[in-house]
Amino acid sequence: MTMQIADSVSLSASEAKARAKARAHAAAARDNLRTEPRAVRIVIIALAVMFLTVFVVLPLVVVFAQAFSRGLLAYFAALAEPEAMAAIELTLIVAAISVGLNLVFGLVAAWAIAKFDFKGKTFLITLIDLPFSVSPVISGLVFVLLFGAQGYFGTWLRDHDIQILFAVPGIALATTFVTFPFVARALIPLMQEQGTQEEEAAISLGASGLQTFFRVTLPNIKWGVLYGVLLCNARAMGEFGAVSVVSGHIRGETNTMPLLVEILYNEYQFVAAFAIASLLAMLALITLIVKTVLERHLDEGEDASDH
Amino acid sequence: MTIEVKNLVKKFGSFAALDGVDLKVDNGELLALLGPSGSGKTTLLRIIAGLDWPDSGEVSFNGEDALAQGARERHVGFVFQHYALFRHMTVFENVAFGLRVQPRAVRKDEASIRARVKELLDLVQLDWLADRYPSQLSGGQRQRIALARALAIEPRILLLDEPFGALDAKVRKELRKWLRSLHHEINVTSIFVTHDQEEALEVANRVVVMDKGRIEQIGSPDDVYETPATAFVHGFIGECIELPVQVADGVIRLGEQPLKLAADGLVPGASRLFVRRHDMLVGPPGSGAFEGAVQHVRNFGPVQRAEVALSGGETIEIDAPRDKELRAGDTIGLEPRRYRIFAG
Amino acid sequence: MGLTLSWLSVIILIPLAGLFLRSLELSPEQFWNILSSRRTLNALRVSFGLAFAAACVNLVMGSIIVWALVRYRFPGRRIFDAIVDVPFALPTAVAGVALTALFAEKGWLGAPLAALGIKVAFTPVGIFVAMIFIGIPFVVRTVQPVLQDLDPEIEEAAGSLGASRWQTIVRVILPSLAPALLTGLALAFARAVGEYGSVIFIAGNLPNVSEIAPLLIVIRLSEFRYADATAIAVVMLVVSFVIIFAVNRLQRWAQSRIPAR
Ligand SMILES: Nc1ncnc2c1ncn2[C@@H]1O[C@H](COP(=O)(O)OP(=O)(O)OP(=O)(O)O)[C@@H](O)[C@H]1O
Ligand SMILES: [Mg+2]
Repeated sequence: MTMQIADSVSLSASEAKARAKARAHAAAARDNLRTEPRAVRIVIIALAVMFLTVFVVLPLVVVFAQAFSRGLLAYFAALAEPEAMAAIELTLIVAAISVGLNLVFGLVAAWAIAKFDFKGKTFLITLIDLPFSVSPVISGLVFVLLFGAQGYFGTWLRDHDIQILFAVPGIALATTFVTFPFVARALIPLMQEQGTQEEEAAISLGASGLQTFFRVTLPNIKWGVLYGVLLCNARAMGEFGAVSVVSGHIRGETNTMPLLVEILYNEYQFVAAFAIASLLAMLALITLIVKTVLERHLDEGEDASDH
Repeated sequence: MTIEVKNLVKKFGSFAALDGVDLKVDNGELLALLGPSGSGKTTLLRIIAGLDWPDSGEVSFNGEDALAQGARERHVGFVFQHYALFRHMTVFENVAFGLRVQPRAVRKDEASIRARVKELLDLVQLDWLADRYPSQLSGGQRQRIALARALAIEPRILLLDEPFGALDAKVRKELRKWLRSLHHEINVTSIFVTHDQEEALEVANRVVVMDKGRIEQIGSPDDVYETPATAFVHGFIGECIELPVQVADGVIRLGEQPLKLAADGLVPGASRLFVRRHDMLVGPPGSGAFEGAVQHVRNFGPVQRAEVALSGGETIEIDAPRDKELRAGDTIGLEPRRYRIFAG
Repeated sequence: MGLTLSWLSVIILIPLAGLFLRSLELSPEQFWNILSSRRTLNALRVSFGLAFAAACVNLVMGSIIVWALVRYRFPGRRIFDAIVDVPFALPTAVAGVALTALFAEKGWLGAPLAALGIKVAFTPVGIFVAMIFIGIPFVVRTVQPVLQDLDPEIEEAAGSLGASRWQTIVRVILPSLAPALLTGLALAFARAVGEYGSVIFIAGNLPNVSEIAPLLIVIRLSEFRYADATAIAVVMLVVSFVIIFAVNRLQRWAQSRIPAR
C-alpha cells in the first residue's frame, strides 16, 4: 500500500473525469439492487395501467356512456318504466331479506366458530366458504332440484299450494345461499383475534348473556359487521346466475334488476338495459368507496388492539 | 484489505445521519462500531457495503475507490441484524446462494459448491442443520447461518450489523467468544456493530464510538475505557458519575463549594466532571475533594453501592469495596482517584 | 351452537346433499352417457380450458399489476389500486353487457380489433376476455399483501451476495411469492369455471363452440332434462371441492415452511 498517493487533491483533470464516470456507473448499479432500470419500470407501469384500463375502467365507462347515449330524458324515462320500478322494488326486498337472514346467522356462525372449540370446526369453515366457489348456476340448480315440480319437496309444496320456485321466496332463498359467507367471513377473524376475555370479564361482573353480547361483543365488531353487510348487500342486489335459474323470468313479478338488464338487452332495448345497469354499477362503486373507508376503520381497530 | 472512509456525509432529508465520518480500518482487523441507537452505525455499514450511497465523501478499499462499484462488485459480506435468510431455501441452499449466482464463467461446478458449503457449515459448526429451513432454527443458529452465507463468497470485507442484537444474554456471550476465534481463523477485515459496550470491549481489537453521525473516539478497548476523549464517550462507556462544575480563577466549584482539585490547563466556564463510580475513594470527613452524607447503601456482590448527598447539592452513587462498611447517616470524604473534566 | 349447525345444514348441506342424491339416482351408464355426449364434453372443455388460460393470463398480468402497485409510485396509483376490486363488486350481468358493448364489432375496442381481423364478441375469445375480467382481483389481492410484507433486506442480501437483479427476482422474490401466486391462480380458475353472468352475453353461446358448462346446465333445466343438468353440476362441484381443498392445503404448507415473521 505504498502507492497510495491517489489523494483527491492531486487528481489530474482526466483522472477526475474517469472517477466521475465510474461513480455514474455505480449510481446506475445502485438502482438495480432493490428496483429495476427505469425503462423496465416504465414498461411494467404501462402494462399494468393499460391492462386495468382495458379490462376494468373501460367496461365501467361504457355502461354509463351507453346509458346516457340518448340523453338524460331517455335515461330517466327508462328508469321510470313500471317494469324497471318493479325490478328495483323486488331487488330491494330480496336484498333486505337475505342481508337480514345472513346478518343474524353470520353473527351466530362466526361467534360459534371464533369462541368455541368443537369437532368438525375446519369442516364448518370450509362449508361456509363453499357458496363462494360454487358456480352460481349450481346454487340455483340445487333449489330447483329441491322445490321444483320434480323436486324432493315439489309434490308436497304443490299440494299445500305453496309457491317457492319462480316466486319471491325462491329468489330470496337462492340469494341468501349465495351471499351466506360474507358476514361470517368478515367476523370470524375479528372475533378470533379478540378472544373471549372481555366477555368472560363481563359475565363475571354479572352481565347476562344478551347484555354481554350487545354491550361487549357487538361494539367490538361493529365495523366488521358493517363491512360484511355491505359486501353481502352488494352481492345480493347484483346476483344473477342463481336468481336467473330460480326466478322463471316472469315480467314485472320475478325480475330483479340484473335479470331485467338481461331481458332488455336481449330485446335490443340498450338504453333501458344500460340505465338499469348503471344503477347497479353505481351501487358497486359506492360499495367500493365505503369498503375502503371501513377497511381503514378495521385497520385502526387492529392497531389499537395490538397495543 | 484496508478500508478508508473520508469525510462521509449522508443526509435523510435535512437530517444528517452521518456528519463527516473519517475512519481507517487495517487489514485483518476486527473493529467494533459502538454507539447509541440512531447514531448512524447501520448507515455507515450500509454505505461501505454499497447498499446505500453517501451524499459526499470517499470510501476506498486498499486505496481503490469503492464508490465506483455497486454492491455486487464489492465482495463485501454483510450480516443483517435480522439475518435476512431466504425462508424458502434450506440452510444448505442459503449458504450456497452466493456461489450459485456467480457468472457462468467463474461459477464452480456442483461438486465444488457442495464441498465449499459443507466446509462453511463445519466452520460455523452447524453441518447437521443443512436440510432444515430457517424457520426451524433458533436465533443463534440463524445468525451463524447468515454468517456462513456471507462468508461463502469469500468476502474481502465482513460487515456485521448487531449480529447478536436479537439474542438472549447467554447466547450472546457464547457467540461473542466464538466470533472472536472465528475471526482469528479466517482473518478477514471485519467491522461489527453493537450498542452493547461490553460486547465491543470484549470482542474487538479497536473500538470506534459514534454519536449523532460523528465519530467521538477511536482506540483500543483500554483507551476508550481509561482515557475517554469526549464527555459523550465517558458517559457512554462504563457506569459513571457526572457533575456540573464551574471553572473560574483556577478554582473548580460544585455549586458554591470550591473543590480541592487542580484546575491547571482547564478552560474557564461551565464544565462537566466525570468520575467512574469505583474511582471515588472513601475517606474520613474532610479528607477528599468532596464531602457528603450517605443516604442509602445496598450490597452488590463484592461492592457496596452507596447513595451520597454531596454538600454541593448533588446526589451521586458510588461503588466502594466492602472492607469498610458504610451506613446511612455517615458523613464521609470522597477523593476521585481518576477523573476528567470536559468544557461545556 | 345447535342453531348454527342446523342453520348451516339447512342452507348449505341439504341443497348440496339433494344434488348428490339426484346424481345417485342416475346409473353409472346414464351418468357416463350424459358426460360423454359431444355437447357436454365440449361445454366442459370450453369452461375448463378457457378458465385455465384466463387464470394463467391473470397470473402473469396480476403479478405485473401487483409489482407496479407495490413497488412503484406513479400518478393515479391509489385509484388503480382501488379499481382492481371492481370485478368483485360489479354485478356479473352488468359486466357481461358492458364487455359485450365494448368488444362488439362496433364497440370502442371491438372496432379497432375487427379492423385487425380479430373478432372477440360472440366467439370463444369473448369468453376468454370475460373470464380474465372476473379473475383479476383474485390474483392481485392474494399476492399484494405478501409482496408488501416481503423483507426488503432479503433483496439486499441477495444483491450483496452477487446476485443480479434478475437472479434476485427469479431465485428469491418469486419463490417467496409462489404459494400466494398459486393460490391466486387456483381462485381465479375456480371462479372462471363457474362464471355465468359476465360470460353468456359475450359468448355467442354456439353449442360445441362457445357454450360454457353453466349455460348448458341452464339449458338442460329449461328443457326439464334434470338428470343432465345434475350430472354436469356434480362434475363441476367436485372440481371446485378439489380446488378449495388444494388451496387450503397449499396455504397450510406455505404457513409451515415460511411462517410470517
Ligand atoms: N431510510 C431512512 N430514511 C430516513 N431516515 C433514516 C433512514 N435510515 C436511517 N435513518 C435515520 O438515520 C439515523 C441513523 O440511523 P442508523 O440506522 O444508522 O442508526 P443505528 O446507529 O444503526 O441505530 P440502531 O442501533 O438503532 O440500529 C437515525 O436517526 C435514523 O432515523
Ligand atoms: Mg442499526
